[in-house]
Amino acid sequence: MEKQYYRSLDELKVDREKVNEKPVKEFEAEKDVLLDLMEENNFNTSSSRRDFLKVFGFSIASAAVLASCEQPVRKAIPYLNRPEEITPGKANYYASTYFDGNDYCSVLVKVRDGRPIKIEGNTLSSVTKGGTNARTQASVLSLYDNARYKAPAIKGEETTWKNIDQDIQNQLNQLTQNKEKIVLLTPTIISPSTKAVIEQFQQKYPTTQHIQYDAVSASGILDANKKTFGQAFIPSYHFEKAATIVSFGADFLGSWLSPVEYTKQYVQMRKLDEGEQKMSHHIHVEAGMSLTGSNADKRIIVKNSRQKAVIANVYNHLLALSGQSTFNAPETSVDTKAIAEELYKNRGKSLVVSGSNDTDAQMMVNGINQLLGNFGKTIDTSVHLKIKQGIDQEMESLVQEMNEGTVGGVIMWNVNPVYDYPGTDAFSSALKNTKLRVSLAESKNETAEETEYICPVNHYLESWNDAEIKTGHYSLGQPAIRPIFSTRQGQESLLRWTGSNTEYHEYLKNYWTGNLFPASGYLSADKFWTDKLHDGIYETDQSETNINGFSSNAIVNAVSQLKNESTKNIELELYQNVSVGNGTHANNPWLQELPDPVTKICWDNYAAISPKLAEEMGIEDNDLIRIDQKPIPAVIQPGQEYKTISVALGYGRQKAGTVGEKVGVNAYIFSRFADGQRLTWSTVKEVNKAGEKYPLARTQTHHSMEGRAIVREATLKEYQKNPAAGNELHEKIESHHKTLYDKHEFPGHHWGMAIDLNSCTGCNACVVGCSSENNVPVVGKKQVLMAREMHWIRIDRYYQGDQENPSVVRQPVMCQHCDNAPCENVCPVAATTHSNEGINQMAYNRCIGTRYCNNNCPYKVRRFNFYDYTGADALPGNIVDPAEMTLDLKRMVLNPDVTIRAKGVIEKCSFCVQRIQEKKLDAKLENRQLGDGEIKPACAQACPADAIVFGDLNDENSKVSKIFKDQRSYHLLEELHTLPSVGYLTKIRNKEEA
Amino acid sequence: MYVSPVREPLIKGKKDYNKVTEDITAPMAGKPSKYWYMGIGLSLLALLAGGIGTVITIWYGIGTWGLNKTIGWGWGITNLVWWIGIGHAGTFISAILLLFRQKWRTSINRSAEAMTLMAVTCAGFFPLIHMGRLLLGFFIIPYPNTRDLWVNFNSPLLWDVFAISTYGIVSLLFWYTGLIPDLATMRDRATHKIKKAIYNLLSFGWTGSARHWSRHETLSLIMAGLAAPLVLSVHTIVSFDFATSVIPGWHTTIFPPYFVSGAIFSGFAMVLTLMIVARKALNLEDYITVNHVESMNKIIITTGSIVGIAYLTELFVAWYSGVEYEQYAFMNRALGPYAWAYWIMMTCNVITPQLFWFKKIRRSLIATFIISIFVNIGMWFERFVIIITSLHRDFLPSSWSMYAPSLVEVALFIGTLGLFFTLFLLFIRAFPIIAIAEVKSVLKSSGENKKHSNHE
Repeated sequence: MEKQYYRSLDELKVDREKVNEKPVKEFEAEKDVLLDLMEENNFNTSSSRRDFLKVFGFSIASAAVLASCEQPVRKAIPYLNRPEEITPGKANYYASTYFDGNDYCSVLVKVRDGRPIKIEGNTLSSVTKGGTNARTQASVLSLYDNARYKAPAIKGEETTWKNIDQDIQNQLNQLTQNKEKIVLLTPTIISPSTKAVIEQFQQKYPTTQHIQYDAVSASGILDANKKTFGQAFIPSYHFEKAATIVSFGADFLGSWLSPVEYTKQYVQMRKLDEGEQKMSHHIHVEAGMSLTGSNADKRIIVKNSRQKAVIANVYNHLLALSGQSTFNAPETSVDTKAIAEELYKNRGKSLVVSGSNDTDAQMMVNGINQLLGNFGKTIDTSVHLKIKQGIDQEMESLVQEMNEGTVGGVIMWNVNPVYDYPGTDAFSSALKNTKLRVSLAESKNETAEETEYICPVNHYLESWNDAEIKTGHYSLGQPAIRPIFSTRQGQESLLRWTGSNTEYHEYLKNYWTGNLFPASGYLSADKFWTDKLHDGIYETDQSETNINGFSSNAIVNAVSQLKNESTKNIELELYQNVSVGNGTHANNPWLQELPDPVTKICWDNYAAISPKLAEEMGIEDNDLIRIDQKPIPAVIQPGQEYKTISVALGYGRQKAGTVGEKVGVNAYIFSRFADGQRLTWSTVKEVNKAGEKYPLARTQTHHSMEGRAIVREATLKEYQKNPAAGNELHEKIESHHKTLYDKHEFPGHHWGMAIDLNSCTGCNACVVGCSSENNVPVVGKKQVLMAREMHWIRIDRYYQGDQENPSVVRQPVMCQHCDNAPCENVCPVAATTHSNEGINQMAYNRCIGTRYCNNNCPYKVRRFNFYDYTGADALPGNIVDPAEMTLDLKRMVLNPDVTIRAKGVIEKCSFCVQRIQEKKLDAKLENRQLGDGEIKPACAQACPADAIVFGDLNDENSKVSKIFKDQRSYHLLEELHTLPSVGYLTKIRNKEEA
Repeated sequence: MYVSPVREPLIKGKKDYNKVTEDITAPMAGKPSKYWYMGIGLSLLALLAGGIGTVITIWYGIGTWGLNKTIGWGWGITNLVWWIGIGHAGTFISAILLLFRQKWRTSINRSAEAMTLMAVTCAGFFPLIHMGRLLLGFFIIPYPNTRDLWVNFNSPLLWDVFAISTYGIVSLLFWYTGLIPDLATMRDRATHKIKKAIYNLLSFGWTGSARHWSRHETLSLIMAGLAAPLVLSVHTIVSFDFATSVIPGWHTTIFPPYFVSGAIFSGFAMVLTLMIVARKALNLEDYITVNHVESMNKIIITTGSIVGIAYLTELFVAWYSGVEYEQYAFMNRALGPYAWAYWIMMTCNVITPQLFWFKKIRRSLIATFIISIFVNIGMWFERFVIIITSLHRDFLPSSWSMYAPSLVEVALFIGTLGLFFTLFLLFIRAFPIIAIAEVKSVLKSSGENKKHSNHE
């Protein structure tokens, strides 16, 4: 019975012809009726004329209906017995945990009629506090990825779980008998119960070594802490307690360790709500322009090879300031004294972090934080962050052993070293020396394709799981759908291979009730379990006790050996962007189409080069260049270090599925091992122009504000003197507002949105959240190249000042829902109108696609469906679907509350009107007033920085009304008298000069 | 009626009524020349290109055009406005010049009006094809329906629908009314049975009785009265598409007069382009004289100067307004990435027509022909400049973008040129391209015969 919810594989294959046949067939059926009637020769009977007219009328009517019906008929079958908890048309939310080995997020999964369709942040978590990032938001689409492994396979042949289990078990037993080494290769495991499963596995097969492998690791921090604290761990950082933040290349808002958590913390010290006068000072030292660097108050450009020297100098100055003996630090041109002095002034409320994987650099950072007394204040060593536990050295040794032939079998679970291990084919050739190669993989990847046994694992939304992200901070993951394919979660496979028949669900429950329940204070284990499952999290105040005191011996040792690395060569820096990240999710079209927050480029990675170097080498944007023979398109990046080229990791997947394959180039090959750590920068032997062009899809091609008051900003000092600093225009324009016409009246609600430009970091979570909520189509690189991306919300980015080191401003722009909307009065068919709640609404059915509204929108937020991107149209020629988004499988991610748009209509942000309606109805049913903050549009929900506030402007006490009265508040292009319902708060920078 | 002896005769070569009929109907008699076949072959080829473009646009979608998120209108609307402009000369000549009793119009009004109809047909094609959902285009008509849906009367696009269709219908009726006596002439002269039957049907039983003439004259005058304001209103309303918007470069109160004079300017240029060729090819040099050409050139220099002043006024107002967006829009026109289009427009529309101040040039057929082509090109670029340069860089630099037409858009434009010339070539074979009856009416007062007799 229940199996019927899910479709078989064959049915899932796209069969457009079939779909398009349907209406024709129906029409033919009616034609048959007509013919039958004719043949019966009823004309002789008394009612023949009437019958004829009836049939005639019916066929004309149905022909008319069919002709106007643009959508093929799809059948929905009602439940015979209503499953518990499910009300058709109403969403259920289940708490779960997203962890892919890299990003952690405590989430709520929105499930509609049995299908997970949206991921939202779980506000109960004290770590992520309801925030999400782009990849978490996009993860729901990966569930319906056509490139997922759909059944177990031996050497490419599909097989049954029984067969594959037997085969693998036999081989494992053989290897154990021969005392040959088995390696279980996984990313960092933060699940305590999984760790127990692995232990059980190791007991059964004692020659098993478990190696955690992180493609982009924090091995340097682990090593440094081992040397200074005696234990390899990552502490908890508290950016919300730091008045001065100095980051040496740590992109903590974008990709470093736990960006969602850090963004939440960071913005606490940046918000100037309710007259707040203070904010943190953020100094960022880096070579390429990162998301975090672009948000910094002061950005210092230093190439990667010289960053260690800067850290050493800061350390040295601090040693001097605190009256300790100094050492001979290598020279640097950076004014490190000023940094040291500022830090010293803020002892105990400052935070210094480094993104480097160099142990020495990390040790010196530890030394700096120690001198500043930050341990125990802004850095908590008693609560550890459990992600990124991979030690690079272990992986390097493994490859060596594999090459020597001393490894018998490798079980690779959710890792892809064939793709992301340094060098071309280094891992792949080593892998060939093993006897047993098993892959526990979710979707098509380079590593799994080189193994004999593919045991497909569930997507996290189909799995049970748990996690301990930080010491004592547990969370649970629960399935929101049965496995769509014949997959099995990894833990289950390991359990089977140990011979155990326990289901992992049971195992997990037993683990929690056995290990966590006793100390929970709950009386009943069942209650404990159901409560925690409901909340998704379980937090205790456990702490790590076995941390030694700080020892600076190792640092003294390290600084004495510091050399002045003189490098005239061009350096290559590798980084992770906010969309594709480490490349695991390269097949996710929402992520591929997400414009980079700095360059605004999507569907490719590229070599970011400095304007000066580009001029010297005669390189222009979109020129193909060769870095050590490897061709890659160039982008001139203002603020890039003169002789550093930055390239994003995660691209150039060879086997990933239709979407992710051959997008960009694989930059992992440039990473290298040095002093036991894997470094993401290296020097380049040669860079030259290839003499070809390679067009990059860029959603924003003009980077200056042209002196217009679009993003208004002021320095902190100016703001302290006058809260309206930088926003003087607002009052002036408001006083000029005059109109001959009657004002719109909003008798009930008047929805409005406020966006704090000081909080927005540009992380793009809102963009994916919006796409997911509103079924925003993916258009592919070609269309983006033609400037036809469909995003309903975009984050504009402008540079100001010197192109060698510009300041960056960002502004999320969506439909401004103008109360005096230029788009509304120009639509000839009134397809876009104003609701009595202040929403500028689109009636897609009515739109004929004149695009006049689009032309007349000063904000250019309206999007036209140039083609049929969603399979909503009747003409097959209209379909443009580079990302397989019209596959039935992928269409399961569509939100049934939001119409998909046909070719030829305009669409745009609706303020998530479906969410407004839902909450209004909830309040009505419960016979109460709608509370402020109850409605959260998808963008506001997704935002980890709480930069977006939505509410009722008619309610004087709503948060949004209060923000609108703030002196920092203004409207975009308010001089046009469009009266937008979206307001912005000025950006305030904590720096001296404007 | 007294005619000043200084005036040049409007019809040369001492014609009598019969000769006039013979001369004007001559191109319709016999087999068409090989030039005609070549012409229609080329036109049909161009039309075919347009047909292919249309099918591609409908089958694959507007995505096959070069438009994007920032620039919603491209060549499509440029062509619409250009064609509508061209369609202005006919009605101007037949209605306004009729009301002003300008006799010289009689030689050119028929073909100019026909041209108007063809141009309006070409123009009307673009708003249809540029719709995202062509099949639902009927939504734009205010028809009663059970869903209580109504059109938006605030939208200039809706005004366009009414303005253009009214203009098209009135022009058609006006043209046809004028054609009736000539159709009767054709009927009377036709030797072939079927031809005779068709002309008979089309001439509505015209007998040439005094009553018919009287009614015809009255109707013509009334129609002229109706059509005259339309000449001004159509392009005014087309200009509202831009003028009522908020986009810098569009939001300009000068647009209505500027568009109307531009339209007449381009309309006359197109009439000249066609007539200079036609008078030669069809041996109508006696009817369409250098004098006619000069008169039209005078209108071109007038309207061209108005257009030139409008351009300068726009620049001045942009500076004077102090609005940074407006200032940028015009700086960007003159110096931005589409500056080449702007300077083509300036050269063709402002500088070249000023050459007509020289009588020699004004009366030179070759110079007039070349300049008329320049004006046609310049006026096309005027619309391109207004639409593209205003849209491609408006308020928020983040959305700035560039536009280049796709092959499909080019094909559609060529297609309408093909349609225009196909219709014109068919027209010269089917109907007298000079209003025989009207020419006859001025033959006595302005023919060469009459002139000489004045002296005698």
